[in-house]
Amino acid sequence: MMPITIHHFLAVAAILFTIGVFGIFLNRKNIIVILMSIELILLSVNINFVAFGAQLGDLTGQVFTLFVLTVAAAEAAIGLAILVVYFRNRNTIAVDDINMMKG
Amino acid sequence: MNAELIPAVLFYLFAGVLVLSAMMVVASRNPVHSVLFLILAFFNAAGLFLLLGAEFAAFILVIVYVGAVAVLFLFVVMMLDIDFEQLRKGAWKSLPVGILVGLVLVSQMVMTAVNWQSLPTAGSSILSPAARHAAATNTQAVGAILYTDYVYPFQIAGLILLVAMIGAIVLTLRDRGGVLRQNINSQITRKASDVVEVRKVQKGAGIS
Repeated sequence: MMPITIHHFLAVAAILFTIGVFGIFLNRKNIIVILMSIELILLSVNINFVAFGAQLGDLTGQVFTLFVLTVAAAEAAIGLAILVVYFRNRNTIAVDDINMMKG
Repeated sequence: MNAELIPAVLFYLFAGVLVLSAMMVVASRNPVHSVLFLILAFFNAAGLFLLLGAEFAAFILVIVYVGAVAVLFLFVVMMLDIDFEQLRKGAWKSLPVGILVGLVLVSQMVMTAVNWQSLPTAGSSILSPAARHAAATNTQAVGAILYTDYVYPFQIAGLILLVAMIGAIVLTLRDRGGVLRQNINSQITRKASDVVEVRKVQKGAGIS
């Protein structure tokens, strides 16, 4: 069996990123699943950071993983808060309906 | 032989379940199932982090994502009464575009990931070599550079979380009329002379 190298991890991260982008296309109306797809994309970025850090013997990758994690958590919290407010006002979460600000 | 086989088996196990559960996240009909598959994906990503020797990042991933973010998603999905079938309508219309974009993206990135080579001088640009902390555990090593070299980004990350917390509270707080609340100040400043009245009652007259 082939030994596991950084290329394997990069391939997994690439597939994960693509699934995230594909999820945004597939669930264009359901903003909750769009937020989950964004989490998947950020997770793939984290895998890349850690894989390169392990390859080069550099701890900076892990430190920046923590920062990406922070921003992802903040983004999920704010996004879901906006979603709750939007649902309270309009009784739906269909993304197509979000055009009230259009001039 | 065995020392090489076990990480390989674990890698393919974690990576396979990770990719499959990520697919289920975007393809599942029921968003509750999506969130549960998202949790499974995070657990397997934590397994990949463990294989790479990043124990602290792996456990933070489980604690923050599974413990906080996924539960937040679960709360929102289950609390809001959303008609998901109606949202699902017409989703397969954008499938060809999605598959096309996905294929282009994955072919480009896998080609890059497989053919990628490290620059010979890359070793000299390492900012915080792990070898400097060879004797320490991963958590100690990360802490040693997180609180020294990266103290300003660390503080900014804390500020971002503070802003997110206040923002989420401000956005979702609402003042509903007609709700009875306890007013502690008026309760403890209440005096007997304000509320109790002693009256002399005439025999047979009653109180008006």
